[in-house]
Amino acid sequence: MPLLEIEDLHIGIEDTEILRGVDLNADGGEVHAIMGPNGSGKSTLAKVLAGREEYEVTQGSVHYDGEDLLEMEAEERAQEGVFMAFQYPVELPGVSQQNFLKESVNAVREAQGKEELGAADFIKMVREKSDLVDLDEALTKRSVNEGFSGGEKKRNEIFHLAMLEPRLAILDETDSGLDIDALRIVADGVNQLRDSDRAFVIITHYQRLLNYIEPDYVHAMVDGQIAKTGDKSLAVELEERGYEWLSGDGVAESKASEGNASENGAATEPEEAAVA
Amino acid sequence: MSTAETEYLQAKADQEYEHGWTTDIESDTVEPGLDEETVRLISAKKDEPEWLLEWRLKAYRYFDRLTDERDFYPDWAHLDYDEPDFQNMSYYSAPKEKAQYDSMDEVPQELLDTFERLGIPLEEQKALTGVAVDAVMDSVSVATTFQEKLEEAGVLFMSFGEAVQEHPDLVRENMGSVVPYTDNLYAALNSAVFSDGSFVYVPEGVTCPMELSTYFRINEQGTGQFERTLIVAEEGSYVSYMEGCTAPMRKENQLHAAVVEIIAEEDAEVKYSTIQNWYPGNPETGEGGVFNLVTKRGICKGDRAKISWTQLETGSAVTQKYPSVILKGDDSVGEFYSVAFTKGHQQADTGTKMTHIGENTKSTIISKGISAGVAENSYRGLVKINEGAENARNFSQCDSLLIGEECGAHTFPYIEVGNPSAKVEHEATTSKVGEDQMFYCHQRGLGEEEALKLIVNGFCKEILAELPMEFAVEAKELLAIELEGSVG
Ligand SMILES: Nc1ncnc2c1ncn2[C@@H]1O[C@H](COP(=O)(O)OP(=O)(O)OP(=O)(O)O)[C@@H](O)[C@H]1O
Ligand SMILES: [Mg+2]
Repeated sequence: MPLLEIEDLHIGIEDTEILRGVDLNADGGEVHAIMGPNGSGKSTLAKVLAGREEYEVTQGSVHYDGEDLLEMEAEERAQEGVFMAFQYPVELPGVSQQNFLKESVNAVREAQGKEELGAADFIKMVREKSDLVDLDEALTKRSVNEGFSGGEKKRNEIFHLAMLEPRLAILDETDSGLDIDALRIVADGVNQLRDSDRAFVIITHYQRLLNYIEPDYVHAMVDGQIAKTGDKSLAVELEERGYEWLSGDGVAESKASEGNASENGAATEPEEAAVA
Repeated sequence: MSTAETEYLQAKADQEYEHGWTTDIESDTVEPGLDEETVRLISAKKDEPEWLLEWRLKAYRYFDRLTDERDFYPDWAHLDYDEPDFQNMSYYSAPKEKAQYDSMDEVPQELLDTFERLGIPLEEQKALTGVAVDAVMDSVSVATTFQEKLEEAGVLFMSFGEAVQEHPDLVRENMGSVVPYTDNLYAALNSAVFSDGSFVYVPEGVTCPMELSTYFRINEQGTGQFERTLIVAEEGSYVSYMEGCTAPMRKENQLHAAVVEIIAEEDAEVKYSTIQNWYPGNPETGEGGVFNLVTKRGICKGDRAKISWTQLETGSAVTQKYPSVILKGDDSVGEFYSVAFTKGHQQADTGTKMTHIGENTKSTIISKGISAGVAENSYRGLVKINEGAENARNFSQCDSLLIGEECGAHTFPYIEVGNPSAKVEHEATTSKVGEDQMFYCHQRGLGEEEALKLIVNGFCKEILAELPMEFAVEAKELLAIELEGSVG
């Protein structure tokens, strides 16, 4: 049984359907990339997985480690090892990162039956993990995201990821807004965090990131559906051709022409994904 | 906020007030009602000198004249409550057993237990914190500690009543000099019927060797409580004074109308910190909470004097207070740091008044208002730069944080500038604890309460940092407890 199992997921908000039947399986050790045009539903999928309540599940299911993920509160999911790096990290004025992360790390540890991390161990961990993403130590002492630059916020999300050691890590456009050096550093950090027990779902617009973090699967999301799944070469193709060819009739076309091209290892069969 | 959150917080709001209970110490209570006889009776009970009785009577007559006028009741604040019936209150109450104690051994166990339950173990405080505690239960002081050490330094710290007996000249010279009884209705009432309070005198050049702390409690059904505090800091002296309070559950509204006066001479510094956690009333109806209507004012009499007020107001049904500073000396400094937290049906209208008279005077105002439930929270502040106040500076920052959809935050800044060299800055923000913030916290594994605690503590950080160490810990704890019952 895969760690994450999304089946025919339909998500709506105020009468509009945003996700229109998404299927995706991700297992420990795998890296899945999701690419797709603006507004196609990538962040919605990420937020629904993380437990944002404003979205309505109208059909389908999500299982995480065999359990019904959609039944769990957001904090419960986090405690059970679901992490999302936000596309737009939120500022918490006056809340020191140290306090925040200490509570956070210990909430996760408590849920997993581990003992609370003491002050000294915590500080050590902060140092270690901030090194991993080359995060300025000063930032670990400031208020959460308050006044951080765009790139610092993104890097900070990966720092949180490293601190919380989740089993399922969803990165929503963490590469957007990073300079080239930062991109490499963050990618290095992620690569070091790759682990046979940990699955990554990486949402990105740029194939460049995938040069650094090599994905096992690339999914193209168009109009609330996974229109095509492939290996890393799909990312290159998408960058060249755009998404137009995958939308509307294009989906059927590609489905017909490519047959079972994604057969080897594709988490989602194109046949399922292409329900128009 | 989402429905699930609202429901959750609603349920939490039904929690009863942490400190809601009464002790059963017999009280010596005067019959309800107010006339000259009441004033004479109070004065006689306290064995006061003639001059003080006369002063009380003058205040009473002023009060009496005021209440004869139509629309005498000051109702300009953004507060909505029934004005108290002054003839239906009792104006004096003292623990019966004994009015004064020479040592801790004489304090009845019941009283000690009371403090214990409030989390203020006197013994432990003595040992651990080095804080001298002049504990005021209802209106009469029952315990005083660390007197010797203070005596050594020459600092006088005692109940107001004692000071009247032992240092009548000091009291007579200073009381009413900052807050005259003609100041407002409640100042007049307090001056007429005040029961007790604290007196602090720090002689020239002396740095008070410890934080001075007084715990007030209201413990008598239907008894208005009228404390008076007078702090005199002579030239070049320093003192930090902490006032903290909590009150038991109540059925009828209780009036608390204190007067605090501070006098800082040249180069003197007085830091006055308050935690106010009185019974806020029934969370659903607002019934039964304390009315906290206080006049607090300090004067920087000499050059380079400094007075700072720091307050954490979480309790009472109605809070109205504007701790103020008159900046008379040149280069003198006034500060006001405040957190006012209202939830349920609580209402607060609080702020400060900075009056710049001397040259190069400087004032700083940082006010943080937090509202939840259907509470109303207002900041009201006046910055007044007099004509002669060359180069006066003021910086004001008023931030409001809203938890939920039904509460209100209001800011009423008044600025009067009489000297063109003045620099006055005012900043105000209102923010809501956003769904995005809550979700972000949840996504990092934090539940409702933990998330709110972090966000609110973060919001108040600057103010909490101004509190003395011992107080800051208590303050955080109090905020956490308060948040457990807040409504989204
Ligand atoms: N809370 C919401 N209320 C209304 N519409 C929403 C909401 N959240 C998402 N949508 C809509 O759903 C669609 C998908 O949005 P989403 O943020 O998931 O896109 P995305 O694929 O992440 O886009 P981008 O690449 O620009 O980040 C958009 O049309 C968006 O406007
Ligand atoms: Mg997005």
